Amino acid sequence: MGFLEYAPAPESAAILNLKAEYGLFIDGEFVDGHGEVFDTISPATEKVIARIAQADGKDVDRAVAAARRSYEKVWSRMSGSDRGKYLFRIARLVQERSRELAVAEALDNGKPIRETRDVDVPLVAAWFFYYAGWADKLEHAGLGPNPRALGVAAQVIPWNFPLLMLAWKIAPALAAGNTVVIKPAETTSLTAMLFAEILQQAELPAGVVNIVTGPGSTGQALVTHDDVNKVAFTGSTGVGRMIARSVAGTSKKLTLELGGKAANIVFDDAPMDQAIEGIVNGIFFNQGHVCCAGSRLLVQENVHDEVIDRLKQRLSTLRMGDPLDKNTDIGAINSAAQLERIRTLSDVGEEEGAERWTADCVIPDKGFWFAPTIFTQVSPAHRIAREEIFGPVLSVITFRTPAEAIAKANNTPYGLSAGIWTEKGSRMLALADQLRAGVIWANTFNRFDPSSPFGGYKESGYGREGGRHGLAAYLASNGWEASGSSSASRPVTKASKTTKKAVAK
Amino acid sequence: MTLDHPVALAPADRAVQLLGGDLTEKALRLHLDGLSGVDAVGLEQRAAGLSTRSIKTSSKAWALDTIIRTCDLTSLEGADTPGTIRSLVAKAVTPDATDPETPRVAAVCVYGDMVPYAVEALGSLHAAGGESGIQVAAVATAFPSGRASLAIKLADTREAVAAGADEIDMVIDRGAFLAGSFGVVFDQIVAVKEACRRTDGTYAHLKVILETGELQTYDNVKRASWLAILAGADFIKTSTGKVSPAATLPVTLLMLEVIRDWHRLTGEKIGMKPAGGIRASKDAVRYLVTVAETVGEEWLTPQLWRFGASSLLNDVLLQRQKLRTGHYSGPDYVTVN
Repeated sequence: MGFLEYAPAPESAAILNLKAEYGLFIDGEFVDGHGEVFDTISPATEKVIARIAQADGKDVDRAVAAARRSYEKVWSRMSGSDRGKYLFRIARLVQERSRELAVAEALDNGKPIRETRDVDVPLVAAWFFYYAGWADKLEHAGLGPNPRALGVAAQVIPWNFPLLMLAWKIAPALAAGNTVVIKPAETTSLTAMLFAEILQQAELPAGVVNIVTGPGSTGQALVTHDDVNKVAFTGSTGVGRMIARSVAGTSKKLTLELGGKAANIVFDDAPMDQAIEGIVNGIFFNQGHVCCAGSRLLVQENVHDEVIDRLKQRLSTLRMGDPLDKNTDIGAINSAAQLERIRTLSDVGEEEGAERWTADCVIPDKGFWFAPTIFTQVSPAHRIAREEIFGPVLSVITFRTPAEAIAKANNTPYGLSAGIWTEKGSRMLALADQLRAGVIWANTFNRFDPSSPFGGYKESGYGREGGRHGLAAYLASNGWEASGSSSASRPVTKASKTTKKAVAK
Repeated sequence: MTLDHPVALAPADRAVQLLGGDLTEKALRLHLDGLSGVDAVGLEQRAAGLSTRSIKTSSKAWALDTIIRTCDLTSLEGADTPGTIRSLVAKAVTPDATDPETPRVAAVCVYGDMVPYAVEALGSLHAAGGESGIQVAAVATAFPSGRASLAIKLADTREAVAAGADEIDMVIDRGAFLAGSFGVVFDQIVAVKEACRRTDGTYAHLKVILETGELQTYDNVKRASWLAILAGADFIKTSTGKVSPAATLPVTLLMLEVIRDWHRLTGEKIGMKPAGGIRASKDAVRYLVTVAETVGEEWLTPQLWRFGASSLLNDVLLQRQKLRTGHYSGPDYVTVN
């Protein structure tokens, strides 16, 4: 056995103290759901980890009612500094239980422990710390004096970063003074349940955060509920569109963070070794299950062969396998359905004439796996250059001039992120100015920070999460009447009237 | 910009092969300036990523033995005496008296005037460039500063080789490099290489120390690595150990990337030696991981990889005892030299 076949270094799942079954978390307590209980499995082994309750319409009603009660009786009356204390407490508890959370996330999602330990969980804590600091400084958020909370926020999150997306949603909502009903993705509810335990430990007042688990229908019941004031969704563009339709004509505020097909642009003067790392990190981080993944590599034609050659060599050193092994780079695909989608689109890529290369990985017998794959000879007309694959599949397109790079990078219905690799600062800035994407990384990729706003253009959604901008999604500037006791959503006319009032002021 | 009269350089084989027959300083400069830049944040991030590898059980045992096998056990003190060098050699031969299975180190590394004592103390265990036994490495060329005339640097080198040094650890002229006189640095390396030639026509191995702590930027380290390889270095080495920072993981990673690129280009394997500041087994294992995942694990032999260290060995021995016996001992259970 060679040194590079590092001896197994598994993190033990035995440190988890999981229950066999998890209920819904409503009004500070775990309660049974009225829907049919479902299994959550480990995508690496297909073994059942726990059973999860399913919320139906009645459960969602209870959760929203609890959130409304706690909003009116407790949370909206509490001072910002007191809200901040709870958020700081949550952040510290996340840090204290970080190992447990990292293991649970790797187990339930299939992503490697190296990422949950070094990226997901530290960022979760960072998000709560960051917004905890904002809770008593909302008048500095840029929304005028004394901005006010919206009321009850309905939040629906995806399976790719289960706990991190939960933090992105809950932390700013609570800091701004809203209460929350959140629905985790059906395949990744586990860490949300552990988070509920953390909320109990933190003694967060009952009903401030409610967690309802279940499939898409649960999410639909939640976002269409009459008594929510704010809807926040991260997920596919298709579902985002449905939500936008259902919210249209109500006064609910909406933010959507949807799909992407980001261009990672490599110029011939790029810092080459770091660019290769950036390409790998851009598309193979989290098995490519990243909405802002650099799934289109735009490489200058004169360095194309060298870049591809180096990239293949680098990919050959990636280690795929047990997500709980600390040396695993590439974990399992989250679900059979997602694996099927990745396979289908990859087959289409081959049929359309792109050249396929796949890293030589040993695929485990059980579980859902897809080895890192590169398509070269891709034209912008190919489906693999246009559709979001949401998997470890990179489409390589060439360009010759900066103008061509910009034209090709922007030629997508999406606009979430982009990457630029060049040693020339002026080119970096000029390009960043012309790329239509919400987040642009220069000589790096997939870096996140709570102080930095994140969000998309075009079909990648609207609204920003993170930073001061992320607060705006959960606040109304003074003059916009915050949610009162009336449970019905206000009609559009009233919202527009209040806007006028704000302007007149 | 003026059209300088082209300054001819010593026709080192590798440089001629890559840059053409009329080897000039200008051609060398164009090549070094044309190398792709290094993004410091990205380089350090990659090094940090490699540091998170978790090396356990059988992999750890192999790694600890490999650290010992590739160690240049070093003593470079003004206070060195024949006695301290004999003691160093004894430690090199028997790193751990409690376990005869412990591998021997690759070489002892001493000042030039101490070479005869090291050779004498090794006796039949002196590898003398062969595969088995222990090599004697000597620092030369007015180590550590390199501030002396070329004549003195060459005399320094010749004397050490004549005394039986199998390996010469030379320093580059950092002043000349930072002043942009790449030709001066290049020609000196070529001349020192020639001074490594023994009477029988064979050469002592040449390790070229870049003193990366003085070159300061990663771009400089990359250029200096290329320059040293083109001039004929058998090994490139980070530091003298006398300047802080000495070896770091990002610098070593960067130099290994140059070695990998040279290998891709020519098929030739250049050796690498980080030196100075590596004291803990845990850190040393991270270097091994970086080698294996950058140039490949075939580099992890004494022919292509060395640690320049003095205090590292005892920490490795303690870890090794722990693996063998299941419990930690303490500093009194390994020998001082």
